Amino acid sequence: MKFVDEFREPELISKTAEEIRRLAGRERHYRMMEVCGGHTHAIYRFGLKDILPENIELIHGPGCPVCVLPMGRIDDALAIAQRPDIIFAAFGDMMRVPGTQGSPLEHKARGLDVRIVYSPSDALKLARLNPGKHVMFFAIGFETTAPSTALTMMRAKTEGIRNFSVFCNHVNIIPAIRAILDSPDMRLDAFIGPGHVSTVIGCRPYEWIAQNEHKPIVVSGFEPLDMLQSIVMLLRQLREGKARVENQYKRVVPWEGNRAALKAMAEVFQVRPYFEWRGLGFISQSALRVNERYADWDAEQLFEVPGIRVTDPKAAQCGEVLKGVLKPHQCKLFGRECTPEHPVGALMVSSEGSCAAYHNYEHRKTAMVSLASIA
Amino acid sequence: MLAESAPLRFRDPQIEMAHGAGGKASRKLVEGLFAPLLFGPARGPLGDAAQVNVDGTAVAITTDSFVVSPLRFPGGSIGELAVNGTVNDLAVSGARAEALVVTFVLEAGLSTAVLEAEVRAMAKAARVAGVRIAAGDTKVVEHGKADKMYVTTTGIGRFLPGVVLDPRSVHPGDKILLSGPIGDHGITILLARGELDLEADLRSDTRSVFPLVESLIAAAGPGIRWMRDPTRGGAATSLNELARDCALGMVLFEDRIPVRDPVRGACELLGLDPLHIANEGQFLAVVSPGHADAALSALRLAPGGHEARIIGEVREEPSGTVLVTTRYGGGRIVDMLVGDPLPRIC
Amino acid sequence: MCLAIPGRIVEISAENPESALVDVVGVRRKIDLGLLQADKPAPGDWVLIHVGFAMSKISEQDAADQMSTLRVLGEIEGAMQEAQGYGLEDLN
Repeated sequence: MKFVDEFREPELISKTAEEIRRLAGRERHYRMMEVCGGHTHAIYRFGLKDILPENIELIHGPGCPVCVLPMGRIDDALAIAQRPDIIFAAFGDMMRVPGTQGSPLEHKARGLDVRIVYSPSDALKLARLNPGKHVMFFAIGFETTAPSTALTMMRAKTEGIRNFSVFCNHVNIIPAIRAILDSPDMRLDAFIGPGHVSTVIGCRPYEWIAQNEHKPIVVSGFEPLDMLQSIVMLLRQLREGKARVENQYKRVVPWEGNRAALKAMAEVFQVRPYFEWRGLGFISQSALRVNERYADWDAEQLFEVPGIRVTDPKAAQCGEVLKGVLKPHQCKLFGRECTPEHPVGALMVSSEGSCAAYHNYEHRKTAMVSLASIA
Repeated sequence: MLAESAPLRFRDPQIEMAHGAGGKASRKLVEGLFAPLLFGPARGPLGDAAQVNVDGTAVAITTDSFVVSPLRFPGGSIGELAVNGTVNDLAVSGARAEALVVTFVLEAGLSTAVLEAEVRAMAKAARVAGVRIAAGDTKVVEHGKADKMYVTTTGIGRFLPGVVLDPRSVHPGDKILLSGPIGDHGITILLARGELDLEADLRSDTRSVFPLVESLIAAAGPGIRWMRDPTRGGAATSLNELARDCALGMVLFEDRIPVRDPVRGACELLGLDPLHIANEGQFLAVVSPGHADAALSALRLAPGGHEARIIGEVREEPSGTVLVTTRYGGGRIVDMLVGDPLPRIC
Repeated sequence: MCLAIPGRIVEISAENPESALVDVVGVRRKIDLGLLQADKPAPGDWVLIHVGFAMSKISEQDAADQMSTLRVLGEIEGAMQEAQGYGLEDLN
């Protein structure tokens, strides 16, 4: 696969890892947070921790839109979907996330019309094909995904499709990073910046991290060589005592972002005054809702929203794990009451949630496997 | 304590879709409810087929049901799956399928033309596989109570001489062989459902693997420890089951696992792992190191086996686990899924 | 939020210039070009695809530059180590 395989070249990866070891030295301990859940997934999928030196610690940030979604929002949407004329459409990521009455998939098994879609435009297509039903699209994602939802709603409006609406849970990445940096128990040296969010918002929104917080941030791609090169760039900055925003993912991320995407978001959405983030609490100006111009496609305007609030069990330490203060296995419920089969918190359900990733990939590596000896 | 009076380890209050997906939840149901109540306490590790002694002759017997939507897809249909699936379960247990019996559960309103097409497909698949369909049964249920048709096949077979399969005979150093590319069937079905709007030049790999198994046994019989056809749940599930049964580690080399381009493309697009995707015409074999080369050659020379590879080896650690390694020294653990693999966007 | 894959534009729809067919090693899907109207891609171009939308054009030049940078990584260091091995620094 072009633009994929080159960035997985084993020899180059080994070489870059060597450079990291050289730059990292032995004395200093580096704590780098990768904000984005996709980076968390990449770290585990490519076994990157195996080739990084011990003194580089990667901390998983809160950039997993499924993980930070409060259970009450799922309950609200599923409550609306009980109406017989509603088709509940969502990405596969949402399907096993538990609400208090079960996950969307469990509701499907009990007879609710639940469909998995790959794209919001597929949800709109369902509306075209099912004029007698109403398709409610459960939208999640950061700024990477919000423009696609917005554009789809613009298309619905232009085409006059009335049996389609969006239950909007889009969230913004910058407030999440602010919440991390504001947290008193946080000690971080640098950030691996979210590559795909940045194709939309560009690199400027991160400048305050470098200028005000004096932490370097490198906007990174998702292949092994991308992430390793980003770590090289961060180490160089840290050794020089610098703090800058750098763009490692140049082949795809424009410094100024994607104006058309930002325009679409502005056309359809407005910022919520505050939104609850599971594990992080209420954060102001951190999420999007559908604006007045698109009220006829806003599920929260069209239908009665119960406004269910569900508090996580006190023992669940999702917040601390989300902020990187605790490692997954340090949460009291990890591996006992909370497992991928019976998740208590969303960090265990989403495939990129730190707890699921840790449980599936790390937790059972009981012995140090001598990977260098494998041909 | 008799098996019937012991409390069940299976605690879920109701049956969910995940229990049929071939992964962790399925295993829990089988091990926690069916096995203790039906199979008795003295059974060994659960395999694809069971051995029954009839007048001193060991006979292999197995059953499988086929629930697939859509019924027809590139490369095959439910009819082929129903025949090949059971023939393959017998094959990887080291047995030649002698006869099948088939049960149909049909939904009222099903078009006769559709039924006829499937029955013809079954007859043809049985001819190709060299197995007799000896008897059958049909039930019809009300419209809405079955998804067009469910097919169950039960097969009996004769064990081939010279092979004793037991996960407990697997040792560190044994090699893991795979007969060909993985993921073709599952991705074909996913695309055929039409919900994801993806197109690819891809077909189900459904076929009888018995001829390949027979060649393998002829070349390396005494060295074969274990075989499995990785259907629902994929190669990851089969190897995880083996890893747990023998308490050893299955270490796979990522760049040696054969995956066709369109399967790879679909998996990258949808965030799926080919190791979790169902196959209907492939099998895994664990072979002692002394026999591995002969085993691989025999497979590659046999018709339909040219893509066979040695994809990994058994090690002491990490025990009970499947580990996939890369050439640059990175590793990841591949677990069984809880339910079916779901596309993701994150 | 992050699963995005490179794909090659095979053809732009005649009826709708904002719709294109894209190929990812043999898998094809219609994608929406609505977010790239400022810099319209043409057949043969590579784009980054996320949830059925093209997010960005992929710059082959930037990709090639990145590969070159990575290949040189450690070579300067390696050359220096070699030079030190010859004891050349003692001449300064």
